[in-house]
Amino acid sequence: MKKVFSRPGGLTDTLMRYCPGCGHGIVHRIIGELLVELNIREKAVGIAPVGCSVFADEYFNCDMIQPPHGRGPAVSTGIKRARPDCIVFSYQGDGDLASIGTAEIIHAAARNENITVVFINNAIFGMTGGQMAPTTLPGMRSTTSVKGRDIKKQGYPMKICEMLASLDGPYYLERCAVDIPKNVVKTKKALKKAFNNQINGNGFSLVEILSMCPTGWGQTPVQSKRWIQETMSKYYPLGTYRDQSKEAE
Amino acid sequence: MADKRLMYGNHAIVEGVLAAGCRFFAGYPITPQNEIPELMSIRMNEEGGVFIQTESEIAAINMLFGAAAAGKRAMTSSSSPGISLMQEGISYLAGADIPVLVVNVVRGGPGLGNIAPAQSDYYQATRGGGHGDYFTITLAPNSAQDLYEFPKLAFDLAEQYRTPALLLADGLLGQMMEPVEFSFKPIDPESLPEKEWALSGCSGRERRVVRSYDLKPGKLEEMNVRRFEKYDIIRKKEQRFKAEYCNDADLIIVAYGTCSRVSGAAMRMARDKGLKVGLLRPVTLWPFPTDVFADLSKSTENFLVVEMSCGQMIDDVKLATECRSKIHFHGRPGGGVPTPPEIYEKIEKILGGAK
Amino acid sequence: MPEVKILEEVCKGCGLCCDDVCPEGILILAPDRINSSGYHPAMVTDMEKCKGCGFCYMVCPEPAIEVYK
Repeated sequence: MKKVFSRPGGLTDTLMRYCPGCGHGIVHRIIGELLVELNIREKAVGIAPVGCSVFADEYFNCDMIQPPHGRGPAVSTGIKRARPDCIVFSYQGDGDLASIGTAEIIHAAARNENITVVFINNAIFGMTGGQMAPTTLPGMRSTTSVKGRDIKKQGYPMKICEMLASLDGPYYLERCAVDIPKNVVKTKKALKKAFNNQINGNGFSLVEILSMCPTGWGQTPVQSKRWIQETMSKYYPLGTYRDQSKEAE
Repeated sequence: MADKRLMYGNHAIVEGVLAAGCRFFAGYPITPQNEIPELMSIRMNEEGGVFIQTESEIAAINMLFGAAAAGKRAMTSSSSPGISLMQEGISYLAGADIPVLVVNVVRGGPGLGNIAPAQSDYYQATRGGGHGDYFTITLAPNSAQDLYEFPKLAFDLAEQYRTPALLLADGLLGQMMEPVEFSFKPIDPESLPEKEWALSGCSGRERRVVRSYDLKPGKLEEMNVRRFEKYDIIRKKEQRFKAEYCNDADLIIVAYGTCSRVSGAAMRMARDKGLKVGLLRPVTLWPFPTDVFADLSKSTENFLVVEMSCGQMIDDVKLATECRSKIHFHGRPGGGVPTPPEIYEKIEKILGGAK
Repeated sequence: MPEVKILEEVCKGCGLCCDDVCPEGILILAPDRINSSGYHPAMVTDMEKCKGCGFCYMVCPEPAIEVYK
């Protein structure tokens, strides 16, 4: 008998301190597997955001940097232009990427920077205790929208894949989820494509991943995964929003 | 015979940065330093380096964070409002002990201000302008020649001590044209030693982490204490200044940058009239040259601090002299530039007329 | 005979693997014990039925599961 699935070499031995049922752990594990499978662990430089996954610098078994909130795409640009042989990935949440970092992600995408961005969308601010995020759904409760997000006063959520797809620059944009095994498999496929794009010098790849936040949503992990299936993925449809490799064919 | 050219101060910075072996620039246009990114966009490509016109100054300082964390010499230039935007990034750089060069061609402020020269960013530059306990090595050029030579000095110090370095110029220095001698052999970036903390992919070694935080109890305190031990060493060893006619002076003018040039002329006017006036020009604003002030204040009755601001460096003069001497001030804020006669008038008033 | 090993001290008892993920339905949260973090760890009720598909591993955020085939 051999071990077919276990903690991948792309993760350190440090146990992750995310909440029970948090989607971060699943995505970290997938990236940990890909760092080994694609043989890029020793070339990789990862960028940890500000947010729950600020601790990612302890969890990914490669060179890591932790910059200011939202600035991951700019820092990634600096590293990649200075060391084009490194495989640079920016791991960001929805506060980091869709709130304070909107300028940086749009411009990195517009420049078609040859980097890989992993965008964890859990429709809420996790680390700071559950405030509304730019991705919080209409009517969804948070600590700064206690009666539910009021579109009139608080505006509409942002659909990042759709928004970036309006630019000519980016090479690959896909939205996935980690609620059920089938989608976890698709997420890994998308992330593999995103890393391969960088390896092949194709340009900017972003994979948006709908992820559970049981603590922020006030739900159990199982309820959270159902909420993604039944509600969140209806607002943020899964699928490919840009794939220049297909468009070229 | 070294190459000598008439150039804009802003252009001298570009050539000096390249001669220092820097091949990474990221910046955003802002007057009065636009000549820097404009020439850099041409010269960086000629030298096979990286030039990025960024979406903002915030993006620029963060691109520097990336490139410098990857072990490369990296710089940006901006002017006062843009430097304000960079403060968060500079705080992170200081907190992660990463060397970069930031050039501030200071303009009138606060707010949008104007595009005339000023020295009103002294506090921001010398008191750790962002959040947290930190300092950045701050150099004060006063000529196009300095603007050519100081980037190399700034990078050398920044890398030796693992700290960001600032060049505090002003709009007048940036825009004026002076002869510049290409006084040192340009550094080949390939010849720069690898940094044992840089991110380059962990092949053949343990992985490295660049970060400015530590949440474990007591650890951030430790980081801060160690950083300040480093600052103590810098304060002891890296004070730089230029002194002229200070030893017998009844009054020493204290000025940096453009004001030091104007004050030099005022000093010569005073000496012509028989007044014993000297000029003390700090070249490092941080570390402030406290030692020479401590010395001279024992025997000098008056210091006249001249700044293009409402008075910022004067605090450091008072601290360094412990107010043993009388500390006077002449300031021109909001883009005003002093003239030699107006400084001479002030000197006359203090010393009670020509002899 | 495929086998699943739960790392009981790593498991946070989130229950994601115990929901409709296992095609054989052989994973539950242990009702009778907690680990040193205070969570009820997952456990296998009938190892004979395990097919080694790895779906449980795929949804585990820690990962607290090892799969042997």
